[in-house]
Amino acid sequence: MNIEEVTRNTKILIDNTPMAVETVEFVKPGKGRAIYKFRLRNLFSGNVLDITYHSGDKVEETTVTVHEMQYLYKEGDNYIFMDNSSFEQMPMTEAQTGVKAGYLKEGTPVVVMMWEDRPIDLQLPKIVELKVVEASASLKGATITAQMKEGKLETGITIGVPAFIKDGDIIKVDTRTGTYIERVGSK
Amino acid sequence: MNLDESRRLASIKSKLEYRARTLAGIRAFFTEEDFLEIDTPIRVPAVAPEQFIAAYTSEGWFLSTSPELQMKRLLAAGYRRIFQIARCFRKDERGRHHNPEFTMLEWYRAGADYNQIIADTENLVLFLAGKNGLGRQLSYQGHKIDLSPPWPRITVREAYIHQAGWDPFIHFDGQRFDDDMVDKIIPSFPVSRPVVIMDYPPQCAALARLKAGHPAAAERAEIFLAGLEIANIYSELTDPAEQVRRFKEEMKIILEAGRPSTWPQKFIEAVPQMPPCGGIALGIDRLVMLFSDTASIDEVMAFPSDLL
Repeated sequence: MNIEEVTRNTKILIDNTPMAVETVEFVKPGKGRAIYKFRLRNLFSGNVLDITYHSGDKVEETTVTVHEMQYLYKEGDNYIFMDNSSFEQMPMTEAQTGVKAGYLKEGTPVVVMMWEDRPIDLQLPKIVELKVVEASASLKGATITAQMKEGKLETGITIGVPAFIKDGDIIKVDTRTGTYIERVGSK
Repeated sequence: MNLDESRRLASIKSKLEYRARTLAGIRAFFTEEDFLEIDTPIRVPAVAPEQFIAAYTSEGWFLSTSPELQMKRLLAAGYRRIFQIARCFRKDERGRHHNPEFTMLEWYRAGADYNQIIADTENLVLFLAGKNGLGRQLSYQGHKIDLSPPWPRITVREAYIHQAGWDPFIHFDGQRFDDDMVDKIIPSFPVSRPVVIMDYPPQCAALARLKAGHPAAAERAEIFLAGLEIANIYSELTDPAEQVRRFKEEMKIILEAGRPSTWPQKFIEAVPQMPPCGGIALGIDRLVMLFSDTASIDEVMAFPSDLL
């Protein structure tokens, strides 16, 4: 595509790596050529790259597709998701899910961004409900505030929970910050 | 009415007041200076062929990228002092300082050169600052700018030698010239004063005449305030053969790139009658940004192109 057509969120391919255009700064000195300063985000690594183009340059646009899926189960090192439209199953490795895997339980709805049949990003619901499987009795660790203690969740991660939380309680957790929000019930 | 739109329009009302005062001030200034206000068409059969300025087409004609060619036909017919506040259109120019439709002030003085036009600009900007209640100093994005004339003048050659480490008059490289202008030259300007950068390499002359000297420089100047480019000034080229040569060169590049361009024959026919003169194109939107301490061009126009 022509450089003039690139806007924020356009996905382009550089050295066979998909990049999302995060910002476009258009500058044009005097009677001179237009200069496009892009800030790109590598969709595999998340690294940021600044690059300058000029009028007349072309870049290769690429398509990143967005799929609504749900998490099914873990199989070996792979997390298995199912596409809600096609019912096809797709594995993601631990390296691909990163810390987000800690909020996945059976049926969790997610949005997966795919590039050429490869998952490149996973979006969780902002809030998930998870069961506390092990609420420590005593306070541990200097990083936990006086009213908080450690609570291990059914997905295996441990977060800070209030002192009144018991094993079997269902709590809401903010997936962006990994923090406790409220207790919603118990099982 | 959409709530976001009514909120936005209410929030920029003070900016539009700066705009209105600036437009009224421009008319007052030039009337006082005995200039005639001119009003040339927006839709035209030909625009000046310039490789880095793309025109919108309109049923085989173009939307004006600048009123320059028509203004010069008036000069050729004997008009001595003329100004125009013109809507101009430049395709694909969109950014914090660009909107594809914008408002340009052009004025031309027969018998003058770029030095007199620079002096006009100093006087005009000071006058308009006064009309906007600013006095001799304006404050833009945290910088205090002293508008007292004369503004510092820097030649292109000394700026590139000192700030970019090369002389564009010896080995001209267009892309390097533009990149360094943005990344090295403009950031080196003092922010406490307007800056006039002048005497361009002949390759950047556009419609400016060359002055004698070694190496020959184009009598062209640009004016910057706090890094914002507000105006381009020429001692106008009045040599018909040279004008034809430059336009042919530019037109060839435009046509080879697959873009439309029409030969501006009536302008070319008028060039031999043009008096020696100086002229300028000044971006009114950017001037209003400066007076109203506004970071984005969008906020000094009621309806920027993305919000229409």
